[in-house]
Amino acid sequence: MIDVENLIKEFGPKRAVNGVSFTIRRGEILGFLGPNGAGKSTTMRMITGFFPPTSGRVRIGGHDIAEEPIAAKKLIGYLPESAPCYSDMTVNGFLRFTAELRGMRGAQIDAAVAKVAGLCFLEGVLHQSVDTLSKGYRHRTCFAQSILHDPEVLVLDEPTDGLDPNQKHEVRQIIKRMGQTKAIIFSTHILEEVEACCSRAIIIDRGTVVANGTPAELKARAETAGSVHLRVRNVAAETLKSKLGSLPVAGRVSLQDNTDGSLSARVFPRDKSTRADLSLSVAQTATQSGWSFDELHTEEGRLDDVFRAITLPDSVKTRE
Amino acid sequence: MNESLRNIWTILKRELTGYFASPVAYVFIVIFLLLNGFFTFMLGGFFELGEASLSRPFFNWHPWLYLFLVPAAGMRLWAEERRVGTLELLLTMPVTAAQAIIGKFLACWAFLALALALTFPVVGSVYYLGHPDGGAIFAGYVGSLLLAGSYLAVTVATSAITRNQVISFILSVVICFFLILAGWEPVTSLMVRWAPAGLVELVTGFSVMPHFASFQRGVIDFRDLLFFASVIVFSLFGTSVILRGLRGA
Repeated sequence: MIDVENLIKEFGPKRAVNGVSFTIRRGEILGFLGPNGAGKSTTMRMITGFFPPTSGRVRIGGHDIAEEPIAAKKLIGYLPESAPCYSDMTVNGFLRFTAELRGMRGAQIDAAVAKVAGLCFLEGVLHQSVDTLSKGYRHRTCFAQSILHDPEVLVLDEPTDGLDPNQKHEVRQIIKRMGQTKAIIFSTHILEEVEACCSRAIIIDRGTVVANGTPAELKARAETAGSVHLRVRNVAAETLKSKLGSLPVAGRVSLQDNTDGSLSARVFPRDKSTRADLSLSVAQTATQSGWSFDELHTEEGRLDDVFRAITLPDSVKTRE
Repeated sequence: MNESLRNIWTILKRELTGYFASPVAYVFIVIFLLLNGFFTFMLGGFFELGEASLSRPFFNWHPWLYLFLVPAAGMRLWAEERRVGTLELLLTMPVTAAQAIIGKFLACWAFLALALALTFPVVGSVYYLGHPDGGAIFAGYVGSLLLAGSYLAVTVATSAITRNQVISFILSVVICFFLILAGWEPVTSLMVRWAPAGLVELVTGFSVMPHFASFQRGVIDFRDLLFFASVIVFSLFGTSVILRGLRGA
């Protein structure tokens, strides 16, 4: 549904987006990650036709956004980053206005407004002026606007920003539900959100895509991914290190003293091929040696580690 | 109804209700009417002139009155959208920039027309006191409305330049002031002394004054209509160029 091909956007001498390409099919939810200023919002603004790209093209459901902007925009629901609303209108007036611009009429508008007001918990404030609303309500009003016409494509720029945990959960549920039949792209800084609802994630840094895959694939790129964590009591650090280190499947072993007197060992696989057998070997060693352990698990890798590893500027990396 | 007309209508309706949702509209209309009355009856010497005409005591003041009031009414049109960020929302709807510009312009113009229409007691007064030329009054109103429309179109363009309403206001006052001065008699009579006739004519050609004057005299001339129409169309087209430019095209 969304086809982005080699998008480039320059603001004067500065290149904000540098050759971004990806596709999102119907039924996919794409998480769009990246540090502040990486070009997420600029990319989304090009997808929605607000910014014309310097070069490259965007197609929405087969319609080129530059050549057939109206046909393409009809398919899109868009929540801009700051969730802007017309502050001199009531929530109801604002939603009806956007419904009319979306080409709805009469009873259709009533039904659509009632539906999204229910979905986004806006019934209580429908007749309140937008500028008297709290940030969370204003945000949901703008979100309601984006799903009002049941669009094929949803572009959401930080949809859960500024919401309380309950509201975040609700919005995620709505996104997940809509994601079954639509193509959705949303940007976020919250990495758990990506794990919770995205079928795929893209990390963008300084205008280029630096990672593209399912959340599980991305997590596997973490340094700690595949390592086995073992927590033991009353075992000498020396014995632990030498025994685990001598396993044929094991590579590096690092130890850490815990505050409660126990000792944690992290065993890294020797190479990729030994990953699968590692946890079993560690468990066997532990039982055979008669260690008392209360924790043993394989690390999946954490998305924030991957995110940090990929997007930190080199200068910061060396400092750490 | 045609889709683009429908979009224009939707936007027009929103802008217009926006005016009346806040006290702005009422304050504006009251001030407009008070100033009109003050100029007509106090400064314009409506009674002292002793003629049943609105040309001098009433319409004469409009270029000056509109100079401040029209930019005040129109300065928020785009500046506010830019400041709040709703511009992004509006321009990613299935609406063309032209439809949005026209919708906003017409909304504010209709509002100005309403304010102008509320000056009807002045018309009542001349009819009560004497036998005025109805055609001349009608032409005067048409000219006044077109004048307001021209200033407004300029304001729409300056309002798209900035997110700050005050800057938008000042810019449009300056431009409209030029549109007056270029053909204002005291200025042209000064110019005639040293400039060649061709140059004087060229500069005056930019001014709203000679065109408005013929409406004031009761003449609706095609060339004057064309002048105001072209100021409006040019400014609105300029607005679309500005809007495209600020999106970095």
